[in-house]
Amino acid sequence: MASILPIGPPAPRPVEMQAHAMDNLRYIRRTIEQAGSFTAVPGIGGVYMGATALAAAWISAKRPGSAWPLAVWLLEACVALTIGIAGAALKSRRADAPLFSGPGRKFVAGFAPPMVAGVLLTAVLFRAGAVAFLPGTWLLLYGASVLSGGAASVRVVPLMGVCFMAAGAAALVAPSWGPAMLAAGFGGLHVVFGLVIAVKYGG
Amino acid sequence: MAAKGAERREREKAAQPELAGTPMAGVAQQLDRLVHERLRLGILSALSVNESLTFTELKKLLDTTDGNLSVHARKLEEAGYIGCAKGFSGRVPRTDYRLTAAGRRALDRYLDHMEALIQAMREK
Repeated sequence: MASILPIGPPAPRPVEMQAHAMDNLRYIRRTIEQAGSFTAVPGIGGVYMGATALAAAWISAKRPGSAWPLAVWLLEACVALTIGIAGAALKSRRADAPLFSGPGRKFVAGFAPPMVAGVLLTAVLFRAGAVAFLPGTWLLLYGASVLSGGAASVRVVPLMGVCFMAAGAAALVAPSWGPAMLAAGFGGLHVVFGLVIAVKYGG
Repeated sequence: MAAKGAERREREKAAQPELAGTPMAGVAQQLDRLVHERLRLGILSALSVNESLTFTELKKLLDTTDGNLSVHARKLEEAGYIGCAKGFSGRVPRTDYRLTAAGRRALDRYLDHMEALIQAMREK
């Protein structure tokens, strides 16, 4: 007896509705992650970062021209980083959104490279005895970090980055103003923009 | 044309064989077909987390063509799900889209339907 073979390819098995639904939900989530902006930049946290920077400026001014200011500001950088991360985590928890979703990852990807460059340049400038250029370098690179990371955030964040870069440029042009620019930048700008972010975009 | 429509309905019916006579059949039939289409779903999702997006931003985000995006955006606009404002940025024409209250409700409803479908399938 002759066997009958199908001429065309076998019909594909229909996709289950559940798979469609899961796929659609994944698509919505992905689109929202890509389209959203990083809104967890801390406002109140920024104010605290500014306050600790003003305290650091006051403490470091007690023994200028030695390794003391560098130690104080490095400690302040660690404190400010902790406050910043904690503030962002609290803010994103309040908004019931994961901190390191798409926009969060984009923020970190933009923020981290200039910060790493800042750490390396700090070591190089300190070893070369060019500590007078450290304030300008820190402000400039922190500004670059905020500017590039802030591209994935609300508009006021990149603007803050530009202000930090301007402060850094001024401190590099006039290194004797360095300590004052550190206080005005890490202290004043953080307080001012922190308040703006807190009022306009919430804590 | 009518034959094509019947063929499509048959295909859709064949794709949901396990739904007939189940509570999911009702949920599936309530799906907003306007939102169900992939690109339109993308437009609504993107606008749900932004106050407004330009035509260029949406095109880049959804990785689609001018023609495709404008056709689907117009359908959503006609349904009142999105609003459209045309203007100029300097000398360059600029089209801004934003999600309307009806569009947000439609997206919420659609998400509820999707969750209901998944839930119903798990309970099956």
